[in-house]
Amino acid sequence: MELDIVELSRLQFAMTAMYHFLFVPLTLGLSIIVAIMETVYVMTNRPVWRQMTKFWATLFGINFVLGVATGITMEFQFGMNWSYYSHYVGDIFGAPLAIEGLMAFFLEATFVGLMFFGWDKLSKVGHCVVTWLVAIGSNFSALWILIANGWMQNPVGAEFNPMTMRMEMTSFFEVMFNEVAQAKFVHTVSAGYVTASIFVLGVSAWYLLKGRHVELARRSIAVAASFGLAGALSAVVLGDESGYNATHTQKMKLAAIEGMWETHEAPAPFNLFGIPDQADRETKYAIEVPVVMGLIGSRSLTEELPGINQLVDEAEVRIRNGLIAYDALMQIRAERGAAAPELTAQFEQHSADLGFAFLLKRYLDDPRLATDDQIAMAAQDTVPGVLPLFWAFRVMVILGFGFIALMLFFFIRANFYGMRFPRWALRTAVVAIPTPWIAAEMGWFVAEFGRQPWTVDGVLPTALSVSQLSVAQVAFTLAGFITFYSVLFVIEIGLMRKYILKGPYMDVAETDDWTRRHTDRLTGGRGFEPAE
Amino acid sequence: MILHEFVDFEILRVIWWGLLGVLLIGFALTDGFDLGVGTLLPFVARTDIERRVAINTVGPVWEGNQVWFILGGGAIFAAWPPLYAVSFSGFYIAMFLILAALILRPVGFKYRSKREDERWRAAWDWALFVGGFVPALVFGVAVGNVLQGVPFRLTEDLMSIYEGSFFGLLNPYAILAGLVSVSMLVMHGAAWLQLKTEGMVADRARTFGAWAAIATILTYALAGLWLAGGIDAYSFAGAVATDGPSNPLMNEVVRGGSWMAAYEARPWIVVAPALGILGAALAFLGFRTDKEGWTMLASKLSILGIIASVGLTMFPFILPSSIDPNSSLTVWDSSSSHLTLFVMLVSAVIFVPLILAYTAWVYKVLWGKVTASDVVDKSDSVY
Repeated sequence: MELDIVELSRLQFAMTAMYHFLFVPLTLGLSIIVAIMETVYVMTNRPVWRQMTKFWATLFGINFVLGVATGITMEFQFGMNWSYYSHYVGDIFGAPLAIEGLMAFFLEATFVGLMFFGWDKLSKVGHCVVTWLVAIGSNFSALWILIANGWMQNPVGAEFNPMTMRMEMTSFFEVMFNEVAQAKFVHTVSAGYVTASIFVLGVSAWYLLKGRHVELARRSIAVAASFGLAGALSAVVLGDESGYNATHTQKMKLAAIEGMWETHEAPAPFNLFGIPDQADRETKYAIEVPVVMGLIGSRSLTEELPGINQLVDEAEVRIRNGLIAYDALMQIRAERGAAAPELTAQFEQHSADLGFAFLLKRYLDDPRLATDDQIAMAAQDTVPGVLPLFWAFRVMVILGFGFIALMLFFFIRANFYGMRFPRWALRTAVVAIPTPWIAAEMGWFVAEFGRQPWTVDGVLPTALSVSQLSVAQVAFTLAGFITFYSVLFVIEIGLMRKYILKGPYMDVAETDDWTRRHTDRLTGGRGFEPAE
Repeated sequence: MILHEFVDFEILRVIWWGLLGVLLIGFALTDGFDLGVGTLLPFVARTDIERRVAINTVGPVWEGNQVWFILGGGAIFAAWPPLYAVSFSGFYIAMFLILAALILRPVGFKYRSKREDERWRAAWDWALFVGGFVPALVFGVAVGNVLQGVPFRLTEDLMSIYEGSFFGLLNPYAILAGLVSVSMLVMHGAAWLQLKTEGMVADRARTFGAWAAIATILTYALAGLWLAGGIDAYSFAGAVATDGPSNPLMNEVVRGGSWMAAYEARPWIVVAPALGILGAALAFLGFRTDKEGWTMLASKLSILGIIASVGLTMFPFILPSSIDPNSSLTVWDSSSSHLTLFVMLVSAVIFVPLILAYTAWVYKVLWGKVTASDVVDKSDSVY
């Protein structure tokens, strides 16, 4: 496939978003784990908990800074690469983004400095409150960005305004309490809690295998296993809630995930295995489990779930309706606000399908001139890539159940077997460290790739959302981000490794001694002035 | 929801125009000194300890400061979507440079002192300089272009088409505006350093600060004269519905005349440029007489005046188009809808006072100078 401006812009968004999402889940969970540890320290006054707090907070800080840095790109690239999208839905989509800044970013970013620099400037309780505020701020930011993202999946509380040629908000409450957004929020933060728990568990397990920092490691495992078990259960249950939502909001995404081409008599079976073939429109080598899909998708034994082919037929009808709306819109626009009431009525009757007419813009400038063939092709375009969705989803789910098993095992050993962990289990925990990131990226992929060909489901096609840039410009920034992010990634991993190998900060002598050895270099040969 | 009808669309638009200014000024007053410190780093701090002292003056606060920039982006998106859509895609490569510099900067702060290797630290010092200087320059260059009008046009579908190039942005007037911005933020960074450090670093900061204050006055005055004499203004050709739909193409705009007409129509706005120059002059005196707190205050007033003067001079224009004046974005035709502006205003009324309160508290906790012994004794918790 030749890369055009749409493909390059998508590639850039996917790359920067997935890269950003390497840091976010760990921030979400580790901020809370650190706050829990510090709370225990405040309550018990035992130094080991302070040491744990400071150690995990150091790793949190290394990770947090890249989350912040790569988040800047996210906030600005809608305008840079997705200019028409920004114009078309900014009235709705911009608001949660701005509220995220007001409510969450300021909170976490203002207090994170104090969290690291305020150890001897604040009381014990004061510092603990600051740590909690950082954790709360991080989690609030997930809420608002997922309200924004939830609206792209299920655009409620908005309608098209012919005078301004864009979607405008009709109800902020519908946008805020969008069921898709709420389910996504809980699912995503839970995934973050699992990620951080497995990170803490894995690093601690490695310490135990090496016989280092045993006190810190055992206690850290106890915290991580409890927190991670709750997170893993919640992530799987709320993931199921997302699936249920998709039945009535994004039927096509659900059918694609399931590789379900034909509408099956209720209750539909679940494909445990299969190789979906987009060209032949069937899922080969399918191993079916009867009834399960009907239960996941509709929570009933009688409700029918539409297959991909049926949904394509429905899309074709909506494209034709959309063309009626589009025709009315062009006439309304030509008359600059003085349109006849019949036209307005014609537009309003079909305006819900206006976005489907825009699918034709890929083939010709004026959708009204589309041939039947082009309409059929546009309807076909509403099917996302089935094979990658089918498998990304299954990898995520398998890992999700794996996380429950891992956490449950460590939870039981930590609570009922006196914190004795078999070596094979510790080794498994170390190996498991990267897996929650794989699951999280798969989840992101299923949500966003499964939304194609739309940026806003049923409202605005991806192909129409881009900026009018040259391929060279986008290729330049894409190459820039790839180079830049790769270097940062290597540095980040290097520092994480260094600080994990170094272990918790032990005593002051270490730095005093270091400073003495380096005095000349540090002060240009003049020596330090004695501290007062 | 009927609630939003209680505040007129027109008034909401003016409020959000003002809030846009508040955000830009908030960014320049807080993150501005971080940028200034980054730019000054190689010059005011020579040894490793000195550099760590300089970095640690902004260490605990840069993250919060940077949110002003991020919120600025979010608020433009929410309150002025056409501005967000047109300017960010139009200034594409310039935006990329700012992003790259601003990503480099936090990482530099955080990672620089995590390894003892000299080359590692020297590389990050360089990155911090770039991360301070480049955004400071590009912001000014962008404003310089906005004052002249930007080569974009809107199609009937309100899709933005930009017909300029990155190098077209680097015209003489825009570069002058970039120098105003760099001088002003270097002055601010120096004011911060003389307040938060002692000894050699503070002494050097005072010297650089005094020069930067003079440069601010000279470049700003020159840019003002040039604007008055050599740059075409934009104005509406006819009557404008101030509560009309947000569609720029509905209003006719002509290019010609002088931006200085604003000072005849609203003479009181002369306060802003006067404050810009007076503040910088006071900051100069402060640098020379070691009045630490006063210098910082004067520097803030100067920045406030300079940024406010741009907005007040152009009002109601936000982003004029040089190739198709009718596409120009103004306060009256490029905002969000009535409801969205209202919802955003409610959020701002709730959260901005809270943000200001806890930010002030954090600065109070961190009050006092950063010394060499601080960075040596607390190597485990500082940068």
